[in-house]
Amino acid sequence: MPALTAEQVQERVIEALASFGPEADQITRNATFEELDIDSLDLVELAQIVEDEYGIVLKGDDMKDLRSVGDAIDLIVSRQS
Amino acid sequence: MVERTPGCALVTGASRGIGAAIARALAGAGWPVGVNYSSDRASAETVVGEITTAGGQAVALQANVTDPETPGRLWTALEEAFERPVLALVNNAGVNRDDLVPSLGDEEWREVIETDLTAAFRLTRQALRPMLRARYGRIVNISSVVALRTNPGQANYAAAKAGLIALTKTAAVEVARRGITVNAVAPGLIETQMTEELSGELLSFVPARRAGTPEEVAACVRFLVSDDASYVTGAVLSVDGGLAA
Repeated sequence: MPALTAEQVQERVIEALASFGPEADQITRNATFEELDIDSLDLVELAQIVEDEYGIVLKGDDMKDLRSVGDAIDLIVSRQS
Repeated sequence: MVERTPGCALVTGASRGIGAAIARALAGAGWPVGVNYSSDRASAETVVGEITTAGGQAVALQANVTDPETPGRLWTALEEAFERPVLALVNNAGVNRDDLVPSLGDEEWREVIETDLTAAFRLTRQALRPMLRARYGRIVNISSVVALRTNPGQANYAAAKAGLIALTKTAAVEVARRGITVNAVAPGLIETQMTEELSGELLSFVPARRAGTPEEVAACVRFLVSDDASYVTGAVLSVDGGLAA
């Protein structure tokens, strides 16, 4: 698979997070999960989407320190093999 | 009638006894059912035949639940067979290898924990992915009265079945806000091949003074899987004629 750009990952992450409840226009890189009311179970689902679509395995341990949308995007981009 | 989200159900260890009765009951409630079996293909095909004759949908699926590859394989097979996500899972497969603790072997311990507890965990983990996305799901774990009331000679079985209740409660609270319920049923002395040897000694302790039937257990599972039980989660429903009371 060709390397994903940060823009591609951002687009997919925002789409996934929007499906959990918050309005898409609120989901910026700097928005925190707390502000967006995204909980730990939402992040587990996000990790599953990332694994299914990109083959990147993110464990609970990887996700627990994520605070903002940008943190998640950076983690996913950094995990590409 | 099928519940509001069209899905299918998987019952493990469903070729005979309690599992077969659960498969028939869920099919009767409108669920297409995967009838899992490990070795007794003829009995599993009989259950499938009974279900289809009664107008339901079922498919027999061979798999050893202790194989870590089994959950993925079963989900693929079910989604292909019924073209629906698996939205109900009944962890029923179980074995017992009874002995008193001083002489209970490592292998007997390991086999029972692997089959009755670890396999149920792996299947639950597999089941939750599509259920989380569907915002709907029903998981019922078949525990046992011995998780609640001591029975000498069954330390491995009791530990596995008590572990299953802890798994049930933990998973239930983790996913409750997604419309997914996780419950346990704890059968007592039920007339099956597995309990044939136990019947005599235990029956005198059963307040109802009789063994239960697989259908009496299956009726409770059918309720927990139904929309009528949508606010019941993390519960342990005893079906034991009062044995654990």
